[in-house]
Amino acid sequence: MTEWREIKIDGTSVQIDPECTLIQACEEVGIEIPRFCYHERLSIAGNCRMCLVEIVGGPPKPAASCAMQVKDLRPNPDQSPPQILTNSEMVQKARRGVMEFLLINHPLDCPICDQGGECDLQDQAMAYGVEFSRYREPKRAVDDLNLGPLVETHMTRCISCTRCVRFATEVAGNQQMGQTGRGEDAEITSYLNQMLDSNIQANMIDLCPVGALTSKPYAFTARPWELSKTETIDVMDALGSNIRVDSKGREVRRIIPLNHDGVNEEWISDKARFAWDGLRLQRLDRPFLRGPDGRLAAVAWPEALEAAAQHLRDGPVAALAGDLAPVEAIFALGQLMDELEGRKECRLDKTALISGNRSAYVGTASIQDIDRAKQIVLVGTNPRDEAPVLNARIRSAWLKGAHIISFGAPEMNLTYACQHVSDRVDDFYQFVDENKTESDLTMVIVGQGALQGEVGHGVLGAAMALGESGLGMLVLHTAASRVGAMDLGFTCEGGLTSALEGAQTVYNLGGDEIGIPKGPFVIYQGSHGDRGAERADLVLPSAAYTEESGIFVNTEGRPQLAAKATFPPGDAKENWAIIRAISEPLGLELPYNDLDELRRSLREKHIQFQALGELPTRELQPVPRVPSKGDHRIAVVKYDHYFSNPILRASPLMAELTRQQHQKALNRSEKDAATV
Amino acid sequence: MLDDKDRIFTNLYGRDLCSLRGAQGRGHWQDTKKLMNEGPEWIVEQIKQSGLRGRGGAGFPTGLKWSFMPKPDSSTPPRYLVVNADESEPGTCKDREIMRHEPHSLLEGCLLAGFAMHTTAAYIYIRGEYVRERELLQRAIDEAYSAGLIGRKAAGSDYDFDIFLHHGAGAYICGEETALLESLEGKKGMPRMKPPFPAVAGLYGCPTTVNNVETIAVVPTILRRGAPWFAGIGRARNSGTKIFAISGHVNHPCVVEEAMSIPLRELIDRHCGGVRGGWKNLKAVIPGGSSVPCLPADMCDDTLMDFDWLAEHKSGLGTAAVIVMDQSTDIIKAIWRLSKFYKHESCGQCTPCREGAGWMMRVMERMVTGDAELSEVDMLHDVSKQVEGHTICALGDAAAWPIQGLIRHFRHEMEDRIRSRHFLMAAE
Amino acid sequence: MRRRFHPEQPAGFAFTADNLEWAKQQTKKYPDGRQASAIIPILMRAQEQEGWLSRPAVETCADLLGIAHIRAFEVATFYSMFHLQPVGSVAHIQICGTTTCMICGAEELVNFCRKRIASQPGHLSKDGKFSWEEVECLGACCNAPMAQIGKDYFEDLTVTSLDKIIDEFAKGDFPEPGSQMGRFSSEPSTGLTTLIDWQSDNVTKNAAVALALEKGDTTRRIDGTK
Ligand SMILES: Cc1cc2nc3c(=O)[nH]c(=O)nc-3n(C[C@H](O)[C@H](O)[C@H](O)COP(=O)(O)O)c2cc1C
Ligand code: SF4
Ligand code: FES
Repeated sequence: MTEWREIKIDGTSVQIDPECTLIQACEEVGIEIPRFCYHERLSIAGNCRMCLVEIVGGPPKPAASCAMQVKDLRPNPDQSPPQILTNSEMVQKARRGVMEFLLINHPLDCPICDQGGECDLQDQAMAYGVEFSRYREPKRAVDDLNLGPLVETHMTRCISCTRCVRFATEVAGNQQMGQTGRGEDAEITSYLNQMLDSNIQANMIDLCPVGALTSKPYAFTARPWELSKTETIDVMDALGSNIRVDSKGREVRRIIPLNHDGVNEEWISDKARFAWDGLRLQRLDRPFLRGPDGRLAAVAWPEALEAAAQHLRDGPVAALAGDLAPVEAIFALGQLMDELEGRKECRLDKTALISGNRSAYVGTASIQDIDRAKQIVLVGTNPRDEAPVLNARIRSAWLKGAHIISFGAPEMNLTYACQHVSDRVDDFYQFVDENKTESDLTMVIVGQGALQGEVGHGVLGAAMALGESGLGMLVLHTAASRVGAMDLGFTCEGGLTSALEGAQTVYNLGGDEIGIPKGPFVIYQGSHGDRGAERADLVLPSAAYTEESGIFVNTEGRPQLAAKATFPPGDAKENWAIIRAISEPLGLELPYNDLDELRRSLREKHIQFQALGELPTRELQPVPRVPSKGDHRIAVVKYDHYFSNPILRASPLMAELTRQQHQKALNRSEKDAATV
Repeated sequence: MLDDKDRIFTNLYGRDLCSLRGAQGRGHWQDTKKLMNEGPEWIVEQIKQSGLRGRGGAGFPTGLKWSFMPKPDSSTPPRYLVVNADESEPGTCKDREIMRHEPHSLLEGCLLAGFAMHTTAAYIYIRGEYVRERELLQRAIDEAYSAGLIGRKAAGSDYDFDIFLHHGAGAYICGEETALLESLEGKKGMPRMKPPFPAVAGLYGCPTTVNNVETIAVVPTILRRGAPWFAGIGRARNSGTKIFAISGHVNHPCVVEEAMSIPLRELIDRHCGGVRGGWKNLKAVIPGGSSVPCLPADMCDDTLMDFDWLAEHKSGLGTAAVIVMDQSTDIIKAIWRLSKFYKHESCGQCTPCREGAGWMMRVMERMVTGDAELSEVDMLHDVSKQVEGHTICALGDAAAWPIQGLIRHFRHEMEDRIRSRHFLMAAE
Repeated sequence: MRRRFHPEQPAGFAFTADNLEWAKQQTKKYPDGRQASAIIPILMRAQEQEGWLSRPAVETCADLLGIAHIRAFEVATFYSMFHLQPVGSVAHIQICGTTTCMICGAEELVNFCRKRIASQPGHLSKDGKFSWEEVECLGACCNAPMAQIGKDYFEDLTVTSLDKIIDEFAKGDFPEPGSQMGRFSSEPSTGLTTLIDWQSDNVTKNAAVALALEKGDTTRRIDGTK
């Protein structure tokens, strides 16, 4: 522990870690220092000069509080603690000056700027009340960039704070953004105006303190004050990123990240941010029943419920929990299945997750442990595809010196150096044996690709063993619902194959990533007319993740509450309510009439749902390491990043991104072919 | 006046051989090993006692600066001496003469300074436009390597020391020491924030000292002739000899090594054949390179050319580049041209300089024609005050000071011009 | 002025074998892992080979050092000596226009260039042989006004002497650089006031001029041709 130092800020004494910057020290005593370039999660640039403070007894000019550390303050000759002033005349003058400079070339287009109402520059301009009339010279105009379908640019508004460049280079690991030229002709640009090759690039929109980088899909659709804001959880991957859904009337207009140090820091993936156009399209808004002509025809709810009950009664029944189903619905469905003596399964991708062993299906390490890791072993995962924000965290560990190695697909561009060791299971076993003792800051991240096939358990066991001597293992899921379903024991001996075996009726709760073989009567409950609905005989329309309150347990095992931001379209209903409704005609009435009652019952049966938002402790239950027989391989599951669920598949924007991604891959392989 | 025997740069004009042989003939590289045998601490102490202040502009005491380098121990990373040969301050053309005509004094200085600070190597960063100077310096480096004066066991000592020559490509800002380091690392020349100072984290994050060419090149002679000799020239705290570059409206502009604290008038009269049209024809002098405020003629009569006198009179010795302007000069335009320079050379990193330099230049542009309001003189001054002291590096200050000097001393001329323009407009 | 790649770009760029070897040598000046340091010298060599910096050239240099294209492009646009568009095939004339040179007559030289070469800086003369621009202080103020042409400084210029110099370049000659009014280097033009005895009979030109005459490469490209 470092020794704390006493300093005085505007007369208030504080004890503070000398490594803190002055801007942080001021925050500590509740003084907010205006800033544009400074951002906690980026390197310090010190270029905007807005955060100047006066150091009493220091040089006769103010100092940038974002850049100076407490330890850099010299003690006073009389040994009294150093003093800084944040509101002196010197400081006021400096700030007003900087504001004026920032505004001289900034267009006065706030009324038509999407940033209007949530613009740092606008706010500060109000606070420092400068009239910009002193500037008589012509204003500068800057060409806009074409950064693709996500980020809209208005570069004349740019104040050259370089947050976007620092984000791209440091966090996204992308080497395309830069500042070219110099002086007042300096321009923020991407190399040759290219769209960035990054799936978290749109975070630049939030970082940009002015309206230079704005959201293209959101452009001119709403003003901030018209939106109702709902804090909730993203389900586009299994990270459980904290988000805010902004809606106007019945429609989601925008999704932005919320800060959660333990989960997503303050980033979200592009697909999490822009999935919302998929919420409008391909929606199931009425129940459908397959008629004698083999076609799905709209029916009314009572008829649909009756049909469902009838087929469920006929048994044998199997229920499947899809990737986006909230815990409550899975819980209700599970109880219904227990009554019906049906089989349950959530491991639709046939992974070797072990029921009842939480330490094996979430692991024992937390996402935040990545920050401390000195060695990270990726097993059968491409985190950049499967959880881009988690990947950025791995990158930041790498920047701090962590060594990243992988077992699985050799060619992965992860934005950091990753040493690929081998894809042979035996090699992995050998690695585990050899490394076991020495690496106490090792973290193992196991992807679903590692858990495939008959060696899945063995690999899991070995990964656990490797993690045990270090920071632990984290299972990286791709489905937002999976851990919750595992927590509820929504599994059956023998997995998906045995679950479906002999089933007359299949209750498919949002499973769109599987094909159900011909034969059984399929009840599909979900939000989108996607793969699941196609194979259904009865379609029950339900709410999507922004339209109902529901719990999701993220990949590290943290249950979080998603909130309802808008209403489901048409006749679609909340997921748990549909199941509750079916239980009536079945005569198996589930013992709750509302969500609160359901949750009470859920909490009684499963203690991990008692403290939402908290990360429960995970007890290690080792898994025996089955030796592999034969030449088995660890693979990375092929994962269509922008198309990984029905909401994304309904989104025209995601289709465009997928198209561009394929085009890029094509160009690359052509280039490779040309060089061979 | 300084005697030739007290001149350090005896081949300033290149009339003698610039080769190693020529340099040795003039006394360079003599008994370098003996000086090294006195030990690093001795060298630092000598430099402290000589009173040498940095010749790059700021005049920071060199010995003191060297003593900021952390004590070396076996675990410390490489340490560097970086020589600032970027010489781009308008009016300044002194280091060029050293590099093309006295390269060995610089190289010997590098070795001794590098040795004194336990550095592993020196990088000399020369401005890109000085192509021949670079080629000549490289020749000298090659000669010194072949003669065993630098490299492994340099000059017969036990000390290994390399000198590398690196060049820029047209950016005044790279003269600022931290921008120079960025540039040397292959990046844009954008100044770094201090702290950390280069002595703690400089080139490649290693302890580094940056010194001007002239600062380093005088070191061998100081050590050879003794600190008291150097300290005895010039006024107290302003000691030594200094290369002056006098340009503009003098009869014979020239570069000349003189004693520090020489009266400005003596400097001009003795070496430059006086001001064009006589001393009375003098209008103003910029005494220390473009960044320092000008002095009007009436202050020049008893101006002493040293750090303290000029600082006391709200100007500065800077690089000792004297720009002389006679009565024919449009002083507003002359200063506007400097504003244009600073606007062109601002790196664009921090707000006040990026935005302020262009603003000031544009207002100055109108001041030149008189197309302004009287109140804008004060506004311009105010804007310059908003730039000064608010930027990462001193380029902001440098852009502000010439304008402040102009307003301080030639406000009447600015106002007259505005008035007569208003008059003309009204008449039309 | 905003600095961009020229709209017309060559299909590719490759260093000559000698230049490539030279470039590789350059990287050895810097510690391991710090090869990015060599970007300025290497871009400069590419420019010396081709006369200007094209996009393929910048990318080749970046690839050579293993740095991202945008980083090399940042450097190419930051430093004003890099020409991002073609310059005069024979010579690009850079007139120093900063204060000392300005008050000593640089404006006349600029006006002359406007007439003789092209009305706009950076534009090519009709025959494509020349271009010009006004640059900031070149650090030869005691020999003002002056201009840089290729590797050399032409000092103490007048319109007449500049005209003559351009004529000579046009003919394919390399005029003698240095002071055009007969000064040796930067001493007072009427004779020495110091260092009178410090003179060698073997030295007839200052070192920069002597080197220029020895090499005769003022505006020669470094492209392997002689
Ligand atoms: C904008 C700017 C330009 C500078 N240009 C030069 C320069 O061209 N040469 C130089 O030696 N110092 C220059 N300096 C000063 C250097 O930052 C630094 O103080 C100097 O190299 C230190 O050397 P010294 O202590 O030997 O003087 C410049 C400073 C600033 C702020
Ligand atoms: S675009 Fe926005 S984030 Fe990027 S430098 Fe400009 S103002 Fe800053
Ligand atoms: S916030 Fe400190 S300089 Fe920008």
